[in-house]
Amino acid sequence: MSRNRTFLAIGLAVALVIAGIFSYFASSSPDGLEYTAEGTGFLDSARDSATAGSPLADYGVSGVGNEWLSVGLSGIIGELIVLLIATLLTGLLKRGRTSESADRSTSSADSSSSA
Amino acid sequence: MHVPDGFLTAPVSVATGVVAAGGVAFAIRGARKELDEKTAPMAGLVAAFIFAVQMMNFPVGAGTSGHLMGGVLAAILVGPYTGALCVTVVLIVQGLLFADGGLTAMGTNIVLISLVTTFGGWAIFRVLIRALPKSRVGLLTSGGIAAFLSVPLAALVFVLLYLLGGAVDIDVGALTATMLGVHVLVGIGEALITVAVVGAVVSARPDLVYGARHLTPELTLRTGQKESAS
Repeated sequence: MSRNRTFLAIGLAVALVIAGIFSYFASSSPDGLEYTAEGTGFLDSARDSATAGSPLADYGVSGVGNEWLSVGLSGIIGELIVLLIATLLTGLLKRGRTSESADRSTSSADSSSSA
Repeated sequence: MHVPDGFLTAPVSVATGVVAAGGVAFAIRGARKELDEKTAPMAGLVAAFIFAVQMMNFPVGAGTSGHLMGGVLAAILVGPYTGALCVTVVLIVQGLLFADGGLTAMGTNIVLISLVTTFGGWAIFRVLIRALPKSRVGLLTSGGIAAFLSVPLAALVFVLLYLLGGAVDIDVGALTATMLGVHVLVGIGEALITVAVVGAVVSARPDLVYGARHLTPELTLRTGQKESAS
């Protein structure tokens, strides 16, 4: 189990560095869809999201003047929120399953061919 | 590819919302079976990692950029159902807190970026993994090709949705050509990132890679014996 913890900690550290530091260097050119919309003439139909006033809107923390800090902080906050929600969700689903079936044997190599 | 509000008409947005809800319910049902001692702890990390890497827009040529979608990456690491849930959590947080992707377009974004890339990409991966040698190279090649194709696939589904109900009448040929052209390039980035990350994880901990389970021998229950595998 501790090997798993080490792995998860390293993975999370890498993700935090990406969201917290490297994200500042991301390209700010329009993404593929925006570029297409502009070129083919439907970009103007875009409307601001109802959450455009969110304190984290557009990957910045409102009130933080330093651009790098603002982007990095928003990335770290977002990442931790995603981590929390995904961990809780999958934890709940897993617990639901194990109490339902009471079968704790590890599922065999493949159980997904029905997709 | 996060779709903002307004690109698609209300009926299409409602319809994609219904499809997204059904798809997420389907993913939840599948994830119950998929989640085990290995995938459950990984799922949170995979979602957090995809959120982080999605912030890293990379340039793909003249004045445009792209970023990882992550559907195939998530599917290979934790399984397609759990993977779809991971990407969906990312999209919901992005839409609600970061104003990235519209709210009425949330269903559209879940369909395109989560369901199409994860399940579509996984289907391609499954075909390739059977055809190619059962090795790390086979795994990474399958993952790379599936990741690459998942991006133009999602772009095509967007074009279809736009045909069903785009806000403005535009030249369909130009839309298809530009959308596909740009996203083929973005797909190369998707493939490179997916191969790099799956490659790193499979070197460190092959047992934690859902899509590599055919490479590792069936685990048997050990009772208290220490094993000195590196």
